[in-house]
Amino acid sequence: MPRIVVDVMPKPEILDPQGKAIVGALPRLGFTSFSSVRQGKRFELTVDGEVTEAILAQARDAAETLLSNPVIEDVVNVEVVEA
Amino acid sequence: MTELPLIGEAVAVAANPRLAGAKIGVVTFPGTLDDRDAARAVRLAGGTAVELWHGDTELGDVDAVVIPGGFSYGDYLRAGAIARFAPLMSRIIDAANSDARLPVLGICNGFQILTESHLLPGSMIKNDHLKFLCRDQVLRVENNTTAWTLDYQAGQEITIPLKNQDGQYIADEKTLDALEAEGRVVFRYVGFNPNGSRRDIAGISNAAGNVVGLMPHPEHATEQGFGPESLDGIGGSDTDGLGFFTSVLTKIVGGDK
Repeated sequence: MPRIVVDVMPKPEILDPQGKAIVGALPRLGFTSFSSVRQGKRFELTVDGEVTEAILAQARDAAETLLSNPVIEDVVNVEVVEA
Repeated sequence: MTELPLIGEAVAVAANPRLAGAKIGVVTFPGTLDDRDAARAVRLAGGTAVELWHGDTELGDVDAVVIPGGFSYGDYLRAGAIARFAPLMSRIIDAANSDARLPVLGICNGFQILTESHLLPGSMIKNDHLKFLCRDQVLRVENNTTAWTLDYQAGQEITIPLKNQDGQYIADEKTLDALEAEGRVVFRYVGFNPNGSRRDIAGISNAAGNVVGLMPHPEHATEQGFGPESLDGIGGSDTDGLGFFTSVLTKIVGGDK
């Protein structure tokens, strides 16, 4: 069954405390090549049947209203992934 | 609501038959923790507490609403994000925006729910130090004209408990400037910013002043012997939070400031 993947990231201007903690932990494990980490969220919405334009529009709407908070987050990607 | 038997009866500090007629609804979501304390605070202030359930489709005849703290829906997705779409929240949003201007107080997770509901601007993100923090916190009352702060003096410092992980208040600079200019920063952290909140903001109101949200917990500082002073003696009083509840009761019964 096809899935619609929605990726949500904290807005660039908002300090991401979790990303900051991760970037601090990386060098302690020897991963020294990364200067910054930002942590986002990935949602997978499963669709029974074909993904029509209407269903995709619904996913975009859900991404803006529930899956993200526009004050602190951006929806950076909405795409269909075939199973 | 049933009380814990090991704590005494909730006796109103200043019993007043007029206040007792005022009904304050206290909303319970799955994962709400502080609904009992909030209801008890209402009774201690002399009002009548009414239990409200998130799935209710009617608000009933309550005169004000408290959205208490806790972890509604386990803070899944974002703190307050799922609770915001509960059937009762639609009623509360409509009533808060109506001409009647229903007084609404959001405490901690309740504040997060109010920002997710767009009743209040901005949002809360994880504390800048990434830890859950529980402490007695000094706040300054910056605006004593809201429905929930009438009984305080402007500039008064109060000490009430603070306990959260996602307490860092953020908004864009334009929103912050507007909040400051319109006097809508209702509470500011004093002495120590516990979570990195912009401009030390602990609580804000909507433009009309009927909707107030803050991260610290006034309902935990309403009873002699159970407040900040008796715990660690950092000053203030055990009952610095009681003014929230007496304020709204006075407002409801039409008393003058």
